[in-house]
Amino acid sequence: MAACGTAFEVKKWMKDGQSVLLCDKAAMERSGAVAQGLSAINTYVGENAVEDYVRMVRNDLMGLVREDLIFDLGCYVDDSVYLFEEWGLPVWKKDEAGKNMDGKKGQKMGTLKSGAQPVRTGKWQIMINGESYKRIVAEAAKLALGEDNIIERCFIVELLLDATVPNQIAGAVGFSVRENKVYIIKCKTMMIACGGAVNIYQPRSVGEGKGRAWYPVWNAGSTYTMAMKVGAELTMMENRFTPARFKDGYGPVGAWFLLFKAKTLNGLGEAFAGSDAAKKELEKYAPYGTAAITPTCLRNHLMLFEMKEGRGPIMMDTVTALAALGATMDKKELKHLESEAWEDFLDMTCGQANLWCAQDCEPEKKNSEVMPTEPYLLGSHSGCCGLWASGPDYDWVPDAYKIKARNGKVYKQMTTVEGLFTAGDGVGGSGHKFSSGSHAEGRIAAKQMCRYATDFADFTPTLKQSKEELVDLVYKPVRTFLDNCEYTTAIDINPNYIKPNDDVSPDEGHP
Amino acid sequence: MPSFVIQEKCDGCKGGDKTACMYICPNDLMVLDPNAMKAYNQEPDQCWECFSCVKICPTQAIEVRGYADFVPLGSSIMPMMGTEDVMWTCKFRNGLIKRFKFPIRTTPEGQANAYADLKGKDLESPLLSTQEADGVTLPTPKM
Repeated sequence: MAACGTAFEVKKWMKDGQSVLLCDKAAMERSGAVAQGLSAINTYVGENAVEDYVRMVRNDLMGLVREDLIFDLGCYVDDSVYLFEEWGLPVWKKDEAGKNMDGKKGQKMGTLKSGAQPVRTGKWQIMINGESYKRIVAEAAKLALGEDNIIERCFIVELLLDATVPNQIAGAVGFSVRENKVYIIKCKTMMIACGGAVNIYQPRSVGEGKGRAWYPVWNAGSTYTMAMKVGAELTMMENRFTPARFKDGYGPVGAWFLLFKAKTLNGLGEAFAGSDAAKKELEKYAPYGTAAITPTCLRNHLMLFEMKEGRGPIMMDTVTALAALGATMDKKELKHLESEAWEDFLDMTCGQANLWCAQDCEPEKKNSEVMPTEPYLLGSHSGCCGLWASGPDYDWVPDAYKIKARNGKVYKQMTTVEGLFTAGDGVGGSGHKFSSGSHAEGRIAAKQMCRYATDFADFTPTLKQSKEELVDLVYKPVRTFLDNCEYTTAIDINPNYIKPNDDVSPDEGHP
Repeated sequence: MPSFVIQEKCDGCKGGDKTACMYICPNDLMVLDPNAMKAYNQEPDQCWECFSCVKICPTQAIEVRGYADFVPLGSSIMPMMGTEDVMWTCKFRNGLIKRFKFPIRTTPEGQANAYADLKGKDLESPLLSTQEADGVTLPTPKM
């Protein structure tokens, strides 16, 4: 989403003679964390005050945040949501009677930009029919940037610093996963957004199911690693996000809590979140634990607390929630309610819907187990890992939050490496931006990059390494393998290398 | 829930150098066996079950099976993509079938407004291009 934001915005600010290139390791229309779709946009400020958005994020992440970055994001995020809707993303609306309409029927209520009311599930969340969310956003990004300025299936492996100007980004090296080609790319400025980091911690799913992580398995952590290797400062990397999800299928819980008003029950059938034991446990984490809205991490902590006290498993009480909602509904409305419950999974975690089918589980008849997943590193959801990035150049922003380039100017979202910008999961200390906020951050970075390239028009990037050295760098893993694989009797186990996924032989899966 | 390709239905996208599933897979798992002219999932344990390959396959040759470690056999979910909606067929293990239709977009594909002619004016202002065009004033924090 972040890179699509940059792609949409960047040409609006480029001057004649400037050029731009976007590299995606996959196909933009289904790359990144929104590949599968989403059933909600979790950050839409709308009628709320931006200050309250800052308060919510600060409380949810227990104070360890950059308020300058969060406030600034709140000034832009709705503009991206307006664009999504204009491009064709179906956004649920409230009709005159206050009833929910899906994104198609709701069109007659007008657009968000024209003042139509979205279906709020929480103060900040709005419902969408988001199966094609990424396709729609990528379509606008590609049209804006032009196909000639995009390389797909280009796998960037290292960022490169300038040979003469210290601490200045100068390019990147990567390879095509489709043809025998190494890419060496030079630039004055760059935006890196490769998502968060998955499978750093042992995944709960094993064997064939190992790919069933909550965040996408292709978020390899390269945003953090590649930037760190050229000297960019990281922040809050100790902030691991451990979401609670439907067990095994990793289906989202947000709509169940917020839209369907479901409660989670412990093994004794108690709605433990409001129990005296839970309140006592939360008091340990005051003032965050005792705030009106319990932070995500503490809600999940309470779940672990129940399990450790021997009161597991934790069940999502879908039966009671749907019965309560359905009590005043006619047959047609009931059918629609059932459809909404399934769409929540089918729009963003299809596999969970199949798990329900495989367990003969109809949510109105049978509750489902939820549990904490393995931890993830990310900066756009309820976590705030990332790169230390510059805040905006306003008087109210502390100097320590501003990163100045060698010309003395502050560039928002620039990392501690000059000319290297980031967005989305890359910007640390500023969680809860989600898909819409990541897109907005990508757009902000685009404008700042254009400003940087214009201010440093005289700078010509030169690489420290020769072409041969860079090609050798790219080929090193495969050459190490080829040079050593005959040393042992089985190629999988060798003291000179570890294969990336050692429990699958190269031929497995071949018909 | 790794994807699998049905032998009889896959035509290797009729001899192109890449198949639709190869084009789309976000984790680059789908490959074409050039001898058989059939695609397959080369690394099922790295499949995120995102259904991108299932949705894009022009011959509906790709489906998914639940992960061996926790999903019993006998159920399936299958999307059918239209231009405005997606239709899902969900088959339970006990034979129950549910069908759902959801909107996917409200505009014709390929016609998103990229604001191609919009040019920003003030590079030093904090406004994004569309905000500048709309004459937006950004809020400042009340402290």
